[in-house]
Amino acid sequence: MSKLKEKKTPRGKLGKLERRQERAGWAFISTWLIGTLLFTFIPMCEAFYYIWFKIKVRRGLEFTYIGTGNLTQIWLEDPDFLQGLVTYVWQTILEVPIIVVFALIIAMMLNGKIKARGFFRLIFFLPVIIVSGPVMNMLVSEGAASIPALNTQAVVNAFDTFLPTSVAESLGSLFGNMIMILWYSGVQILIFLSALQKIDPGLYEAAKIDGGSQWECFWKITLPTIKPMILINAVYTVIFLSSNEQNELIVMIKTTMFSATAERGYGYATAMAWIYAIMVTLIVLLFFLLLGSKKDVYDRMVKKRLRAEKKERRLVKKIERRSARNVKKLEKARKKRKYHTYDGSGDY
Amino acid sequence: MKTHLTKEKIHRFLFGTKEKQGFLKQFVVYALLIAIGFIYLYPVINMFSTSMMNQNDLLDSSVKWIPSTFYIQNYIDAGRSMDFWRSFLKGIVIAGIPTVLSVASCMVAGYGFATFEFRGKKLMMALLLFSYILPSQVTMIPTYVLYSNLKMTGSLWAFIFPAALGNGLNAQIFVLIFYQFFRQVPRVLIEAAQIDGAGYFKSFVRIAIPSAGPAILTVFLFCFVWYWNESYLTELYVKGIASTNSFWNNLVIQLKDFNTTYSDRVSTGDAATSLSESVRMAATSLTILPLLIMYFFLQRHFVESIDRTGITGE
Repeated sequence: MSKLKEKKTPRGKLGKLERRQERAGWAFISTWLIGTLLFTFIPMCEAFYYIWFKIKVRRGLEFTYIGTGNLTQIWLEDPDFLQGLVTYVWQTILEVPIIVVFALIIAMMLNGKIKARGFFRLIFFLPVIIVSGPVMNMLVSEGAASIPALNTQAVVNAFDTFLPTSVAESLGSLFGNMIMILWYSGVQILIFLSALQKIDPGLYEAAKIDGGSQWECFWKITLPTIKPMILINAVYTVIFLSSNEQNELIVMIKTTMFSATAERGYGYATAMAWIYAIMVTLIVLLFFLLLGSKKDVYDRMVKKRLRAEKKERRLVKKIERRSARNVKKLEKARKKRKYHTYDGSGDY
Repeated sequence: MKTHLTKEKIHRFLFGTKEKQGFLKQFVVYALLIAIGFIYLYPVINMFSTSMMNQNDLLDSSVKWIPSTFYIQNYIDAGRSMDFWRSFLKGIVIAGIPTVLSVASCMVAGYGFATFEFRGKKLMMALLLFSYILPSQVTMIPTYVLYSNLKMTGSLWAFIFPAALGNGLNAQIFVLIFYQFFRQVPRVLIEAAQIDGAGYFKSFVRIAIPSAGPAILTVFLFCFVWYWNESYLTELYVKGIASTNSFWNNLVIQLKDFNTTYSDRVSTGDAATSLSESVRMAATSLTILPLLIMYFFLQRHFVESIDRTGITGE
């Protein structure tokens, strides 16, 4: 809208074309839009409505308004869920950096001059294909998911002495499921790899000529260039971890949904889901805040300079205005002959 | 030139020069890659070797990796218990039909976002991202209620409808992939087609789709694999969690219920061996075997796909 106004195009041929384009654009996304409204937006609002009710399934749904009953019930009577939530938050916050950093390291190694790069990529991407909830559960239950030589209990005990128990436990399970965590980094490796390959090699050459070491090149060139990808990978990892069936909470929500006891049911499960969703969103926000791209240094300097210039210009204008005013005043005064300026003639 | 070893040469050989990487660094990189690669493959290798063991090998602590005989009976038992061929075909149907629809609808939406300027485009993009970040658990229960009101649970319609409307599994990612891809298609091509008299739809079908081959392949593969592996939603919607005896069982769900199914069969005297970890591992490998085979045939496309579709685009 604003763009159209800015251009101030007369409603001639161009406007028509633009209007037609607009209609075509909406037509192309309309199926998606309907789907999103139908399967995401409306259910979301409905879910918000469900929280406040106790719902019984009896030839259709029976709603009984109970206010914040579901929420207080979770808070007071469901220690499993709350405990799981705390563990989940800690686990995710700990696992995401590990996965992202690990993926970055692997991608950097694969990006170098290496023989059989295709083979290694094949291996690192394999888990993306075969990972699914039941498969993972089977592998974990047979102990194929942990590195055998790693003593988890010792790690937990060591951390337990100076950290809260929930944190120590998350750390313990982190070490226990090390392979699984590494398995989750397939897509991230690929994203980093293709980002690394898009960096202009001229940059490295220039740095090398100026005497930069590889270490400096990494911090000054590689990292700033792929910074947006780090954010994308972090968000992807959070979403993946939270909708993965290894996650106990979402299984808990599903079992609650169909639980036979009259205490729980749809309303209660919805409240759980909302709390869970808010936690996930908070974690995503946290990573946005940590990694969100601030304007880079050059942009910042330019902005600062522009601001300074604007200020200067305003000052100049102010001075000009004042001097003009003074001149006028002087003129007036001279006309009224209140005083004379010396005109060099000699007589006053 | 004489080639005797001097101190400098050794140093250069080990640590390299500015132009050439040193041996030491290369060695470290290869060692790390091989070690991590082994860790990656460890569960898979472990699974296959365990699945081949018979009872004696399992108990014998001297047998660690290579079974004394290749014992296939585990696979036969597991396959029979999982009803392998039928579940396999059902799995293809469950994953295949939504995938085709999802690819088509996501492509249309991605093209719309990439090619046209319209008011509210930014808002729509924000909605797209938002619906990706929103965990599906929030919408799960009302959606389930909706489906069961429409009598769609326990049938494939529960997957077909969202997929056809561009809201299938992870559809937001696919829309974004198509969006990125179609932005790279030169505008000139499409404009030329329009000057020659093609409408918006025709230029989409004739110009954009044929040039989108790699993106379509990528999205197709990912979508198929993700639908194939999805057990949570499949169990909830397609199988119908309430019904115990449902038609739509794919391999992943069979694997999930494997323990109970198998012990039922043992108690009725149907299976030859009792439930052991090798049978379970055999079932697991049967579940992932189709995907593994597909992966080895199509791996080039999988691995190169993200480069080409520009998921990391500007």
